[in-house]
Amino acid sequence: MAFNIYDFTTLTHNIHVGLAESFSPFVATTIEWVIVGVVYLLFIAVFGLFLVYAERKVCAAFQQRLGPMRVGPWGLLQTIADFIKLLMKELIMPRKADYFLYNLAPYLVIIASFLAISVLPFAPGLQSMDFDIGVFYLTAVSSVGVIGILLAGWSSNNKYSLIGAMRSGAQILSYELSVSLSLMTMVVFAGTMQFSAIVEGQRDAWFIFSGHVPAIIAFVVFLVAGTAETNRGPFDLAEAESELVAGFHTEYSGIKFAMFFLAEYINLFIISAVAATVFLGGWMPLHFGNLESFNHVMDFIPPFIWFFGKVLFVIFIIMWFKWTFPRLRVDQILTLEWKYLLPINLVNILLMALVVLTKFHF
Amino acid sequence: MKSFIEYIVSIFKGLWTLLTGMKVTAKYFFTPWKHLTHQYPENRDTLVMFERFRGEVIMPHSEKNEHLCTGCGICEINCPNGSIEIISKSILTPEGKKKRIIDQHIYHLGMCTFCNLCVKACPTGAIVMGQKFEHAVWDRAKLTKVLNQPGSVIAAGVKE
Repeated sequence: MAFNIYDFTTLTHNIHVGLAESFSPFVATTIEWVIVGVVYLLFIAVFGLFLVYAERKVCAAFQQRLGPMRVGPWGLLQTIADFIKLLMKELIMPRKADYFLYNLAPYLVIIASFLAISVLPFAPGLQSMDFDIGVFYLTAVSSVGVIGILLAGWSSNNKYSLIGAMRSGAQILSYELSVSLSLMTMVVFAGTMQFSAIVEGQRDAWFIFSGHVPAIIAFVVFLVAGTAETNRGPFDLAEAESELVAGFHTEYSGIKFAMFFLAEYINLFIISAVAATVFLGGWMPLHFGNLESFNHVMDFIPPFIWFFGKVLFVIFIIMWFKWTFPRLRVDQILTLEWKYLLPINLVNILLMALVVLTKFHF
Repeated sequence: MKSFIEYIVSIFKGLWTLLTGMKVTAKYFFTPWKHLTHQYPENRDTLVMFERFRGEVIMPHSEKNEHLCTGCGICEINCPNGSIEIISKSILTPEGKKKRIIDQHIYHLGMCTFCNLCVKACPTGAIVMGQKFEHAVWDRAKLTKVLNQPGSVIAAGVKE
């Protein structure tokens, strides 16, 4: 079986052919689904643990601390120990909570993350679904998670949970606009909604370079709105520790809490991956117009390293936001969205349309 | 029009202040050798506490086993918790005068809140704050200390 770290198309194709030879088409497709599902589950679990560790280390460095240092070398096993502790905890359910909705909510949140992650192209051939309306699909399913959050807040029978969930709902609904509009700006520029085609369109130059001013504005707006969408600081007033205990997941414990926790970090990964794909070229190496040798050297770095490097870069920026800025009030959050980001975005789309029409781009 | 200009200016001002904040944290992030956390039990041999640290009350003695304490009892009066007890005694000076000097300066570390009031109040500067902080003991009685060393005398020339 040929294995090529620069292009996974042959690998996935060979697996498909191998399965189709020995099984009926129905069984082969089912096995493929299971393989894809398990791979995504493993990836989400491992990357989620890594992100929690990275968050704690980055946060510590921003506050002139060291972070976890005791469990394993440089505290590397800290999150694994935390996760084992979470797994062993008792699942407590508040009296008079809505049994069905209370248990359903964490799964809705994590399913939304699962659906969103499936359209992201990790490397050539490493993409489970390649819709021609990928961007539209992603914005649609990524906002399903808010239903899970609202359900969690409502069914917990706790005032803090409910307030946290309502804040989170208002915030995600508002900022969904900015996320979609800034993605739309780039869709106007790319001329397609298909993720693989968007990445392919950045072969010569990443969109943030070729789209110059409107692309950079869209990138900044997307970062701000994306941070708000994932309920991360400085927009983390859905789980404002000082006033709402822990927001919508106050009453959750054990593995159900771990689901919310994991979903939060997977959403962070998704937002960063979308930013990396749409603005920074996804798995496409850094290419400059006519520097042939430079482009050739860049091509030697495997695409998935490019992808994860860009994703980690964007994640670092978002963590930088979180550990620098103080939390906003509810009215400030809504002012930022409706009075600043939305008008900027609308003007930016016009600007981008002008740029595309006049072909004033690289 | 004026308010529109103000609106545009406020966007850039806001962005500028955000970038200023991010510059500060970036400086912290990219200078990891300046981080404040110590790996405590590992660096025990090289650990130096900072100058103002208040670990315990000590009474410095010179090489000739002399201290500066006159036994006046001001530190005892000033202590809010009663962690200092002064036991004085009367002696006859060579000139044949009666004089009260310190017998035992008893310091209850377990009751001390390290407020520094006794050190500030001491007229002769006989007691200071020490740097030692590993005070855990198995027996509570060990937390009661006598600060003046046995056989020590007051240094010559201390004004009473």
